[in-house]
Amino acid sequence: MMRPAFRDALLGLTGFLVLAALPLVFVSSALIDFVIRCAALGLFATSLNLLVGYGGMVSFGHGLFFGMGAYSFGIIMQRTGMPIPLAILLSLGVAALVALVVGAICVRLKEIYFAFVTLAFQMLVHSMIIAWVPVTGGDQGLRGGIPRPPFLGINLADQKQLYLFAAALLIIGLLAMRHIVSSPFGYTLRMIRDNPVRAGFLGIDVYRTRLTAFVLAGMFASLGGVIMSLFVSGAYPEFAFWTMSGEAVFIVMLGGTVAFLGPMVGTVLLLLLNDFVTRVAEHHGLVLGIVILIFALGLRKGLLDFVMDWIEARRTRRGAASLVPAPSPERIAT
Amino acid sequence: MDLNALTECLVSASCMVTQVTSGFIIGMLLFLVAVGLTLIFGVMKIVNFTHGAFYMLGAYFAMTVFQFTNSYGLALLGAAVGACVIGVIVERLFMQRVYGGNVLMQLLVCYALVLILDDLVRIVWGPEFKAMGMPDAFRVPPLFIMGGVVPPFYLFLIAAALAMAIILGLAIARTRFGKTIRAAAHNPAMVSVLGINTGLLFTGVFALGCLLAGLAGGLAAPVRSLTPGMGFSILIESFIVTVIGGMGSILGALVGAVLLGLIRTFGALGFPLFTEALMYLAMAVVLIVKPSGLFGREAA
Repeated sequence: MMRPAFRDALLGLTGFLVLAALPLVFVSSALIDFVIRCAALGLFATSLNLLVGYGGMVSFGHGLFFGMGAYSFGIIMQRTGMPIPLAILLSLGVAALVALVVGAICVRLKEIYFAFVTLAFQMLVHSMIIAWVPVTGGDQGLRGGIPRPPFLGINLADQKQLYLFAAALLIIGLLAMRHIVSSPFGYTLRMIRDNPVRAGFLGIDVYRTRLTAFVLAGMFASLGGVIMSLFVSGAYPEFAFWTMSGEAVFIVMLGGTVAFLGPMVGTVLLLLLNDFVTRVAEHHGLVLGIVILIFALGLRKGLLDFVMDWIEARRTRRGAASLVPAPSPERIAT
Repeated sequence: MDLNALTECLVSASCMVTQVTSGFIIGMLLFLVAVGLTLIFGVMKIVNFTHGAFYMLGAYFAMTVFQFTNSYGLALLGAAVGACVIGVIVERLFMQRVYGGNVLMQLLVCYALVLILDDLVRIVWGPEFKAMGMPDAFRVPPLFIMGGVVPPFYLFLIAAALAMAIILGLAIARTRFGKTIRAAAHNPAMVSVLGINTGLLFTGVFALGCLLAGLAGGLAAPVRSLTPGMGFSILIESFIVTVIGGMGSILGALVGAVLLGLIRTFGALGFPLFTEALMYLAMAVVLIVKPSGLFGREAA
């Protein structure tokens, strides 16, 4: 048996190599753009799943941090021209600070209040982006392009190198989040999700654990925002609009909340769906809404969860069939 | 920041009158939407994320009826009844399936419905901004109260909303339907055991909420510009109202709504850039100091 962390790292490396090889096999700039968008949204959605799937905290204002990442990175780059890695770290720091303040107020609220108060804070940030024209450019967005000076021999103005950079950030982000959810902290978070009262009795500081999760999720979401702003070379108020959060919640639900890579699957599905719908239908919201209704009321769980459960059910059925003559106790014990 | 303008206004009677009436306008519209939100939450324990869409539908219905009949009374009736009917359909087809379910599903279903309703409005009425125009009955010179300018329609709007508040308060306190609603908010299983059709009751409460939101839309139509998506900002603001006033409390919704209206109008004078931020600040303060809201019993 391999150690799980080592296995994850190996899987991550394989994933990166596959992504890196992709443009060599299929020469298409549409594919490159698609993967970059997947990286941005995938990090954003997976970070939301830290809260929804592992923490049981349904945030409806997660788009705040996506927008925050895009704007703070864009503003830092336009105004100071510091090296990109430093600017990214600084943007993550800003997002963490905001998440700390918002989370301090929100994480002790009950489920439905949590959802809506996070949404309210997101709308606050959105309205400030619109109102604070000298810094953010108002409803026109942060225009004029974001300078992308080369660093360490990497030139992000080149689409191919940006692609590799985004893929690397995606893999690093996913590995970090994977590490978080399989750490003792991750299991504490799951325990609080399942029974906060009991977790409290066992001496766990529920408030602090939830707040930590909220801050971490905010940071990873802002990393998604940074990739997005690098990709579009700007930042727009829509990044911080509520539909962004709605989309992320849908992605999480579409892919599944139980499997770690569920939100990634959801991201790919939603982007494909979006591209398809905008190509064939004029009324994008109508079609998307109907699809969401079918998923939410029909399937009632994410696609990857659905597949995993189905495989699991098949395995147990087959296992049960082979065990009919003499059911062994060890088999039942596992 | 412009504190001078704020203090100048606070000492001038005419400015106060103007600002307070416009604050009340915002507050009354918010109240009609928020009270539905709070009733629906009180009984069904869900936050109806689609509520703003019914406000929008009300406004569009009012505009259309007004264009055909040229009667503002009928327009208001059309707004309220139209929103109510759509509300019943939405509740029966979709919302009933997510009562008591997990919050994720509730939010998703509502999110989908908002996308669909906004797009349907875009298809039927077009994506551009629309204006209904002031009904002839209110095209009269404004009143001057202590030097402040007050359009008569504003007084009508405030009176109509206040009347609704009183009727609603009495109905909840005195009538059989009101008692059943209060009982169901307390313990729906028990109410069901006592032989009351709770499914029907839930539909009734939802329809009542939509009717009020539609009415608010109808009242707003002459003074607001109509656009698909206009429901969303009022939804967030009504949610803030219910958090400030306390979920499930009608009086709380009224006080919270007026408070928010005043914060908006006076905030626009003193802190033009951060008017919105003031509302969220008020919400944050209430959540920290009194998590159950000013008039609520249950902690957030």
